Amino acid sequence: MTTAALQDTDPPKRGWYKRNEIAVTPWLFLAPAILFFAVYVIIPIFQSFSISLYDWDGLGQAEYIGLGNYSELMNDRAFEVSLWNNLKWLVFYLLAIPAGLFIALFLNQTVTGIRIYKSLFFFPFVLSQVVVGLVFAWFYLPNEGLLSNMLAMVGFGPVNVLGDPNLATYGIILAGLWPQTAYCMILYLTGLNAVDPEQVEAARLDGAKGWKMLWYVIIPQLKPATFIAFVVTIIGALRSFDLISIMTNGGPFGQTRVLSFYMFEKALSEYGFRMGYGAAIAVVLFLIMLVFIAYFLWSMYREEKGGQ
Amino acid sequence: MRSTLKASALALTAALAASTAFAGSHSLSGDLKIFLDTSNPAPRATMEAMIERFGAEHPELNIETTVIDREAYKTQIRNFLTADAPDVATWYAANRMRPYVEAGLFEDVSDLWAEPAIADNLASTKGAMTIDGKQWGVPYTYYQWGIYYRKDIYDQYGLSEPTNWDEMKSNCQTLLDNGVKCYTIGTKFLWTAGGWFDYLNLRTHGYDFHMEMAAGNVAWTDDRVRQTFANWRELIDMGGYVDNHQNYSWQEALPFMVNGDAAAYLMGNFAVAPLREAGLTDDQLDFYQFPAITEGVALAEDAPTDTFHIPANANNKEAAREFLRFVVSADEQTEINNGANLGQLPVNASASIDDDKFLEQGFAMLSSNSPGGVAQFFDRDYPAEMAAEAMQGFQEFMVLPDNLDDILARLEQVRERVYK
Repeated sequence: MTTAALQDTDPPKRGWYKRNEIAVTPWLFLAPAILFFAVYVIIPIFQSFSISLYDWDGLGQAEYIGLGNYSELMNDRAFEVSLWNNLKWLVFYLLAIPAGLFIALFLNQTVTGIRIYKSLFFFPFVLSQVVVGLVFAWFYLPNEGLLSNMLAMVGFGPVNVLGDPNLATYGIILAGLWPQTAYCMILYLTGLNAVDPEQVEAARLDGAKGWKMLWYVIIPQLKPATFIAFVVTIIGALRSFDLISIMTNGGPFGQTRVLSFYMFEKALSEYGFRMGYGAAIAVVLFLIMLVFIAYFLWSMYREEKGGQ
Repeated sequence: MRSTLKASALALTAALAASTAFAGSHSLSGDLKIFLDTSNPAPRATMEAMIERFGAEHPELNIETTVIDREAYKTQIRNFLTADAPDVATWYAANRMRPYVEAGLFEDVSDLWAEPAIADNLASTKGAMTIDGKQWGVPYTYYQWGIYYRKDIYDQYGLSEPTNWDEMKSNCQTLLDNGVKCYTIGTKFLWTAGGWFDYLNLRTHGYDFHMEMAAGNVAWTDDRVRQTFANWRELIDMGGYVDNHQNYSWQEALPFMVNGDAAAYLMGNFAVAPLREAGLTDDQLDFYQFPAITEGVALAEDAPTDTFHIPANANNKEAAREFLRFVVSADEQTEINNGANLGQLPVNASASIDDDKFLEQGFAMLSSNSPGGVAQFFDRDYPAEMAAEAMQGFQEFMVLPDNLDDILARLEQVRERVYK
């Protein structure tokens, strides 16, 4: 009683933190993340930009050459090949989304042991990319490989997928699709759990079935899952590196390189001493990624606006 | 009384002087950090045993050895030379050390090379360790390259070791007629094709021309270079190499030879160990020098040299120098290069070569039948960037020989940029 009276008459001096607690606390919690994000992501982006303007071997003196690295990129056929390969990855890797959807639809039923089937289908995603690469490299081996033997059984000659400059990239993408399809499948399986049975019932009463039911009723309800599947697949396609490194090492004669691999070769590998040139490639890759990142951010922003 | 005092004082000073002299030359102390890229089991054990022997001689020294995976080492060396330098590090001779020499990251050890023990015994490798007239490290082992072949298969078809280009091709034709490929090779990691280019170029135009090319003074579109590729193409068009070599690493290409699908392999001496392990006996496996192509061109060989260096930022350079002296000493060279250890050639002329038919043949070839000179290897003689582009071009040429004009034009562009 007395203490309360005291407080009323003589309000204690509240510290700066106490007065601004509500505004400051979120920033305090965010601070470690912001710090690390800045040091390891934001600042390196600008550093890459600045290194890309120099001719530097990573050891000695860097020499400023303006946009020289970029103009060299324009005439670099290996860069062109890598860029096209990145595009192939982007387009064909997206096949994981429909493939994942159909497997999910197929598995979305109640049969005894369905959980086992689901986990078997999910299994490739658990494997390390290196293991996937090795398994597929053996699968594709020109003479001993399973693929050649299977083709031989139906009367086709052996085909050297990874040794053929025109086929190798597709061969690697196919290997990448195996785990990526499993990933999309799991996303859709969780999405299918959230499909409203009443809407399906109503559509059925209206006579919708088969493709129409899928296209007009199910898929619109799976939109959040599709969005996430799209994001992870695009990012996966742009990050493709380990499969290439394991399966072909960029070969035959550089025909399966993508930008990230080419950057590694030029700047960081055994013979790579061109930090500036590598940084320029990294900047180009960043700009490509930026298009997608901007799109993702924009659509998420729109989503939140729409939700309010 | 006075004289005894004088005498004892003298004795004391003498003893003191002796002990300081001893300290100066033998007793090393502090830490010695050694980084090794010898990550394969046998070389690793060899190196560790050698370091142990060195440690036993210098009990005061606290030696710390770090073994790094051989491939990873090639990229990590940049970081540790600048950031956290060891006192001794392994690397490779010739142009492979140039980036680090030019960046001032390797210590100039010309003083060691001036000492008679090294100057007299290591003269043959001095050139490979020299850049700008100074020496930047010491070698610890080297090995010959050449053609390892299945003697039993050659005997079966009545073939003998070829001594010139025509014999080499006719041998190859006989083998092909009998369904055996002449040469196995795996070009997935490109450098194996560099070995073929080295030998074809060395035999077609000689050592001096090859080194002029390495120095960037010859255009890749030059007719003489085309001549080398024309010779190469003869073997390719015959179908002399195993199919789909672009899929295989050098190890994955070994089974072709073990199974008898291919009769020979142009490789370094390190291929002998896995071939023996795969079950080939010394009666089945033999070696010959790459035959002459252009008459009158002095034979020259590839003999890659592995080396020890002192980083410029090392802390205990005195101990490091002593370690380098120890490594190249005749006794250690005999020991570490014997068949039970590295199974390669000692760099010290006073060391003895192990009783092994490949080492003996290799040593005889390099010391008496390589008048043209001794090269390191394509990716050690040519600057890194040129080597990387060129070896990729070689692989493409071996798969699609019709692309030659395009490949050479591309390499010429790279040459113009690299050697500006």
